Amino acid sequence: MSWAGPEDIFLSTSLASYLDKKLLVLLRDGRKLLGILRSFDQFANAVLEGACERVIVGDLYCDIPLGLYVIRGENVVLIGELDLEREELPPHMICVSAAEIRRAQKAERDATDLKGSMRKRMEFLDLD
Amino acid sequence: MLFFSYFKELVGKEVTVELKNDLAMRGILHSVDQYLNIKLENTRVVDQDKYPHMSSVRNCFIRGSVVRYVQLPPDGVDIDILHDATRREARGG
Repeated sequence: MSWAGPEDIFLSTSLASYLDKKLLVLLRDGRKLLGILRSFDQFANAVLEGACERVIVGDLYCDIPLGLYVIRGENVVLIGELDLEREELPPHMICVSAAEIRRAQKAERDATDLKGSMRKRMEFLDLD
Repeated sequence: MLFFSYFKELVGKEVTVELKNDLAMRGILHSVDQYLNIKLENTRVVDQDKYPHMSSVRNCFIRGSVVRYVQLPPDGVDIDILHDATRREARGG
C-alpha cells in the first residue's frame, strides 16, 4: 500500500464533472430535487437551475417547479447523475397534479399517524 | 488520513455504501477525498423497488457525512497491512 503524500491532502472528489448536468439531489429530509448544477463548493453547497421537487407517493408522482435554488451542503445526502438514455422513473408510475399529490401525501401521513397511535394504545398489552 | 489512504487503494473495486437514511448503493469506487466523500460509478440501488426515483442514476456523489457503512470485497482487505498502519497512527504518526 502507498500512503498519502503531502500533495494528496488537497485531493478532492470534485463535483466539477457534474457541472451543467441535470442531477438528482437527495436531501436529509427525504426530498428529491432535480435540476442543472451551476455551482458548488467544498461543503457540497450547490446551485441548481430550473430546480423542481419530485414528490412520490406510492405509484403517483408530481414535479413541482422551484426555480433557482441554493442548497446548503449539510442537507445533501447524495447527488446523482441522471442517465439520459434511461427512464427517470419506472413506466408504471402516474404523473398527477400538485394538488392531488399533496392530498396523497396527507393521506399517507394520516395513515402513518394512525398506525403510530394504534401501536401506542396497544403497548400496555405487552404482547411481544 | 488513514482511511482516506485506505479508500484510495480501493478505487476501482466494487463496494456497497449504506447511508444513514438506509439507502444502500452498490457501485465501483471512482474516487474519495479527505472528507471521505465518495463517488461511485455504475451504481445500482440495492432495493430498487423501494427507490423508484433512483432508477436512472448510474454515477453519484455521496457526501461523507451521510455514510453509515462501506461494505468491501473480502479480497480487497489486507488485514496485516491495515493493522500495521493503525498501530503506526496510534503511536502518533
